[in-house]
This record gives sequence, C-alpha cells and structure tokens, in this order.
Amino acid sequence: MKIKSPLSTAVAIGSGLIVLLTYLINVDEINAVRETLLGWVVIASAAALLVGLINLITVHVNKIRQGKKPLYSFVLVISAVVTFSLTLVLGPGHFIPQGIFQYVQIPVETSLMAVLAVTLTYASARLLSRRPNLFSVIFILTLLLTLLGTAPFFNIEIPFISSILQPFLSKVLAGAGARGLLIGVGLGTVATGIRILIGADRPFSR
Amino acid sequence: MINFDILLFLTLFVVCILVLSLLKNNSKEDNLRDIPAFYRLKGAIELSVEDGSRIHVAIGRSGITSPQGAAAMIGLSMLKRVGNIASESDEPPIATMGDGTIMVLAQDTIRNNYADLGLSSSYSNDLGRMAGITPFSYAAGTMSLIFDEDVSTNLLAGSFGPESALITSAGERSQTLTIAGTDNIPGQAVLFATAHEPLIGEELYAGGAYLGAGPVHVASLHAQDILRWIIVGLLVVGAVSGIISGLTS
Repeated sequence: MKIKSPLSTAVAIGSGLIVLLTYLINVDEINAVRETLLGWVVIASAAALLVGLINLITVHVNKIRQGKKPLYSFVLVISAVVTFSLTLVLGPGHFIPQGIFQYVQIPVETSLMAVLAVTLTYASARLLSRRPNLFSVIFILTLLLTLLGTAPFFNIEIPFISSILQPFLSKVLAGAGARGLLIGVGLGTVATGIRILIGADRPFSR
Repeated sequence: MINFDILLFLTLFVVCILVLSLLKNNSKEDNLRDIPAFYRLKGAIELSVEDGSRIHVAIGRSGITSPQGAAAMIGLSMLKRVGNIASESDEPPIATMGDGTIMVLAQDTIRNNYADLGLSSSYSNDLGRMAGITPFSYAAGTMSLIFDEDVSTNLLAGSFGPESALITSAGERSQTLTIAGTDNIPGQAVLFATAHEPLIGEELYAGGAYLGAGPVHVASLHAQDILRWIIVGLLVVGAVSGIISGLTS
C-alpha cells in the first residue's frame, strides 16, 4: 500500500513529461512512444467508462433498496441494462440501438434544451434582483441589444442596432472579452499541468 | 527540431512557480485579492458541518485526456480541500462527474480523505458518482441528486457548458447556495447569470490557493499574474507596432 502513492505519482509525471516532450522535440521515436501511451489511455478510459456505468447502476439499485424515489431509479436501471445488452449483442450499427439513440435519447435531450431556454430567460430576468450591480446591468443591456440586433423585432430590423451596434458588441467587445478570458483559462490550464508535472498537485493520492 | 517558443514559455512559467514558492515559504502573507465566492464557500463548509447538511462538488463532464482535464483537476483539488474540512460532518461531501476516469480519481480523493481522518470504514463508492455521460444526462442526474441528498451548497468546479443552467436552477429551487466556475466561455456567461457566486475567467484555477491547498498553488497563481502581464505587454507592443507599420507603409 505504501508504494502505491509514489508509484502512481511517478507514472503520472513520467507519462506527462514524455507527452510534453513530443510538443517540444519532433523525433519519430518519441512520437511513437506518445502514440503507444495515448493508445493505453484510450483503453483505460473505455474501461473507466464501464466502471462508471456500473457505479451509476449500483447507486440506483441502492436507491431502490432504500425506497428513495424507487420508480425513477427502476426505470433508469432497466433502461441502462436493456440498452447496454442490446448494443452488446446486436452491435452499435444495428437499427435497434440506433433507434433507441435516435428516437429516445435525442428527443429527451432536445426537450431538456427547451427547458434550458426557459431557465436562462428566467435567470436573466432575476439577475438584477439577485445581484444588483453594474456588471449585471451591463450584462442585461448587452443581452437585450444583441437580441434586438440579431432577431428582427416584429419582423422589422432596427437600423442602427442591427447594422452597427450589434456587430460592434459581438465582434469587438465580446470577442475581445472572450479572448481575455481565454488567456486566463489558458494560463490556469498550463499552471495546473506544471503543478502536476513537478509533483506538487496530486489530489487523488495521499 | 526544437520548439523554442513553447520551451521558453514553459521554462519561464516553471522558474516563476519555483522561485515564488520558495519566497512564499519564507513569508506568512499570501497577498491574494478578494474573491467573495471563496469566502462564502468557506462559510458554507463550516455551516454544513454544524447543521449536518451535505456539500455537493460537481466536477463536470471532461475527461483526463482532453484540454478541459485541467479544470477537472482543479475540481479534484477543491474536492480534496472541501473533504478535509467537511468529512467530519454527519453528511460528508458528495461528488458528481460525467467521465469514468475522473470518477475513479474522485473516489480515490474521497477515500484518501476518509483514510486521513481514520474513517476508512465509513467510506462508500456512492460518494463519487457518475451522473451521466452526455452534457444533458449529466445535468439531469445532478439535478436529482441536489433534490434528494440534503445538499446545502453546490460547488461546480470543472468543465460545464450552457447545460449548467439546469444544475444551478435546481440549486435555486432547492434554496441551496451555488458557487460555480468553468473553463468554457459560453458556460461562464450562463453561470454569471444563474449562479449565486460565479467564478469568472481564471478564478476557477485559483480555488486551491484560496482553500489552503499549499504554497505551490499560491505561487502558481502569482506566476500566472506575472505571465499575464508579459502577454498583455506583448499584445500592446504588437498592436502598436502593427499600427505604426500600417501608417508608415
């Protein structure tokens, strides 16, 4: 048990350094090692997905046993087992798994997207009462002007907003803001990677 | 052929982190700017221990191999810190995610928290849950957890798209505090409007430093600031030189 933690950290750092090296030096032998490592990772990820599915089913079986909204959990477990079994036996290209995906999964997710539109409208309307500050006012004003400029208002285009203000807001101000945020996110991502590579950040090990 | 610009950037970053973490070891001051979300999170953790409610850490749906994996690693760091503080609560923290590899790592994180506190026998794999694989199935799975598991605070720290509005609306309806950050730009706009305390831009990556994850977290935050100013300087110099060359040609 004592060797587990340093070993997993050493594997994480070693693999990370090899993959990083291929971005710095273009040598065929190192690239081949990277491809092999990534192939292993893909297999491990697929196995982890299966473990995740088992976890999902186990959690809901426990819920059925404890009587916590058992009907929803029962439907989930049956659906998961039937879909998994059919796909395993018939293959993902067969019309039955394809039909489950096309006629069940996609419509259900599309309906959630419709709920999302309502949720976002409601949240935007409540923003000023929940967080009344300058940034909320700017957010709501930008949202309204962008909507007015993008979608015709009673089928009438508003000249200044559609032709000048909306493109300026979305392309210049929003574009510049998004790039600024992306620089911050990029730096944060690199910093996280470096902390893992120097062994300073390993939340999953003791 | 060596890629010198990436090598120079990474070397500069590593040197900054190492030097600043050495300086940090000799100083008691963290010199961090105020981010209200983290103060509210600390208060919420203490409150959850007192009133026996649960903290839910949503790590999102990114995998470990994608560029969004860094956001998931931040989610794991925050889960570890939250778990260290709140594991003695009657209802220990619970984590949800949408990827198998992150689920395994989150379960390891929670298990180690329990082992550190000498509570290994109380650990259950149900505390790290795969809520769904696709964005909307993940949101749907997480929503039901918020309603069913006596959650008092939702910490969304990972990679989330616009579907995160469904999770924050579940938090709103169950009258729980929602603190949320993502690396996804449309997701950040949605969280700004829907979360009680949104984490914008790089604020998500500052989580470890603000929750006391160690001097290297604080040092890397200061290193990010230094490199950000260098990048801003280079952008300004590039823009000005572009304007000047345009005017002279």
